[in-house]
Amino acid sequence: MAAGTFLEVKDLKISFPTDDGLVKSVDGLSFQLERGKTLGIVGESGSGKSVTSLGILGLHNKRNAQVSGEIWLDGDELVSAGAETVRALRGNKMAMIFQDPLSAMHPFYTIGHQIIEAYRVHHKVSKKVARKHAIDMLGRVGIPQPERRVDDYPHQFSGGMRQRAMIAMALVNDPQLLIADEPTTALDVTVQAQILDLMHKLQEEFNSALIVITHDLGVVAELADDVLVMYGGRCIEYGTARTIFEQPEHPYTWGLLGSMPRIDRPNLDRLVPIPGLPPSLINLPTGCAFHPRCAYEPRTGGLGRSLSPELAGSGQPGHLVRCHLPTDERQRIWREDVKPKLEAQ
Amino acid sequence: MITYIIRRLLAAVLLLFIVSAAVFSIFYLVPRLVGATPETLATRYVGRSATPETVNLIAHKLGFYDPIWVQYGRWVKGIFLGSEYDYGSGTEQCPAPCFGYSFITRQPVWPDLLDRLPVTLSLAVGAATLWVIFGVATGVLSALRRGSLLDRAAMGVSLAGVSMPIFFTGLISLLVFSYQLKWTAAGGSYTPFTENPGDWFYSLLLPWIVLAFQFSAQYARLTRAGMLETLGEDYIRTARAKGLPERAVTVQHGLRAALTPLLTIFGLDFGLLLGGAVLTEQVFSLPGLGKYAVDAITNNDLPKVLGVTMMAALFVVVANLVVDLLYAVVDPRVRIN
Ligand SMILES: Nc1ncnc2c1ncn2[C@@H]1O[C@H](COP(=O)(O)OP(=O)(O)OP(=O)(O)O)[C@@H](O)[C@H]1O
Ligand code: SF4
Ligand SMILES: [Mg+2]
Repeated sequence: MAAGTFLEVKDLKISFPTDDGLVKSVDGLSFQLERGKTLGIVGESGSGKSVTSLGILGLHNKRNAQVSGEIWLDGDELVSAGAETVRALRGNKMAMIFQDPLSAMHPFYTIGHQIIEAYRVHHKVSKKVARKHAIDMLGRVGIPQPERRVDDYPHQFSGGMRQRAMIAMALVNDPQLLIADEPTTALDVTVQAQILDLMHKLQEEFNSALIVITHDLGVVAELADDVLVMYGGRCIEYGTARTIFEQPEHPYTWGLLGSMPRIDRPNLDRLVPIPGLPPSLINLPTGCAFHPRCAYEPRTGGLGRSLSPELAGSGQPGHLVRCHLPTDERQRIWREDVKPKLEAQ
Repeated sequence: MITYIIRRLLAAVLLLFIVSAAVFSIFYLVPRLVGATPETLATRYVGRSATPETVNLIAHKLGFYDPIWVQYGRWVKGIFLGSEYDYGSGTEQCPAPCFGYSFITRQPVWPDLLDRLPVTLSLAVGAATLWVIFGVATGVLSALRRGSLLDRAAMGVSLAGVSMPIFFTGLISLLVFSYQLKWTAAGGSYTPFTENPGDWFYSLLLPWIVLAFQFSAQYARLTRAGMLETLGEDYIRTARAKGLPERAVTVQHGLRAALTPLLTIFGLDFGLLLGGAVLTEQVFSLPGLGKYAVDAITNNDLPKVLGVTMMAALFVVVANLVVDLLYAVVDPRVRIN
């Protein structure tokens, strides 16, 4: 493990045996993350983003999921670790913020109860001490009058406040790895911006490693240092946020840039969806998984149909792309063809 | 919360009137549909030997010629103020709460009901305790070990439990456990709790088990389904993501939510049972409300049937009310909005 690396995922594979066949939701994913850094994972619906994040937290049920590969968290390997070891880390060293805070919080327990519970699983303290901690945490995520709201139920909070409470619950044990799975999708635009600010602020305060999973490239642009683009359970492009936004080289990433909503680009009506449908995870297309939808497939001389491209280095250091097209040709297409079109949108 | 309680109370009172009116209408209409006239109804009170004039007079005195709502009003009034039945050979008193007056036994129905209620109550409370414990435990275990041998065995047995009628399981168990093995009391040996608690327990053991078996089966299936559903909820995943031990996840988060809808069903079932566990009481010859109803029907004793039916309706409405109020206690979304 490289110096400074806090989380390292190596060749992670997660699949689900079903009646129709083996669903390979994540197929050989690798990445690294340092403390204080943010990784954005983007991809269409069904590309395996949530399965990946649940996999890191060890939340897949051994009875219906097959997990292999390695997940190193601060020197501990989690895939082969016992359930109890991973449980003790969960919510403690690594925590998760879920998409829809209304369904992700228990309707019968107060916000305070749920935060106190999260704290007391990992700290042997009295309810009173934990409660003070919970109130403090609610204040830190910007909930007004936290000593009063702590006894409210989730349904008494607005969407934005609920997401703040969810964040407070995730951060209550000072996790060093925080995974946010579509943290703002369920919120309206102004609240989204506030929550993003909050997450950014808290990350700096806690110096934690953050993984943000999203459909929204605006969120990535705002928070991420590095970006991982997923397609059909695999990484198809990886690089710094700057590289991905300014010099993306994979045809799928180009499509995403043209089709994904962004907070900073509200004219949604001009979005161009990527033609075709996401691939079946049971029978991925042969060759390049993206080839049935790729406009540049003919330029690879049939290679795209028959041979799966490797994730290989490209122009920038650390920039990885999974495509048969030669690097200079990809760069030329981006410069001369795709970028001008996106800018005209 | 206060307004919620008041609203529910008012609704319950209204429901009671509607239900009692409906029950009354049925008992008013059914005899007339099969051809009974005020005179034939009056004949039952005065006997066949009476002259047509007496019959006519009594029919008038008992109000059989009045329109249905007047008769219903008089009946309701009797519950609150008591009433008198005058059928020629003297006036019979029926003190409040008057649930009707039997022309066959020449007695008010209410004391009978009071007499029978402890039997039915004993049966219902004992059986409910058993079935809630066993049904819920089996359901939870089945859900947690879904697909396991235990799950399949439990669900197989419960399918049998749901589909076998009480008179079948009841008679078989009587035959085996009390007549063959002599482990339990024979049918018809009910002893009140106040007389001898030991005998009371012994006489009710088999009926409890037989009744609870059927309900446990149903509750096991419902609990299992509810548990499987809640265990798939997002908040369960959140509970796990917090690092809660699996036991806390399933019990505090899963079971808590899964049991809430069961509360409604339990309230209804229990309310219905209090109105008389007809088949069980019949099979085991327990002198409860259910047996009382069956006997009254057999004897064509309409006032008794009406009285016991009203009583059953009352229990159902009250059980519903209690469930509604309890719901507010367990579900904060109902309590606070
Ligand atoms: N328990 C499971 N059994 C079978 N298939 C599963 C299971 N969990 C996830 N999948 C499949 O894995 C694939 C990836 O799902 P995942 O939730 O990771 O997508 P996602 O990228 O998060 O999409 P979205 O943006 O819609 O949240 C989906 O096709 C999904 O159907
Ligand atoms: S390998 Fe071929 S089909 Fe796949 S993305 Fe590159 S150009 Fe398109
Ligand atoms: Mg997802």
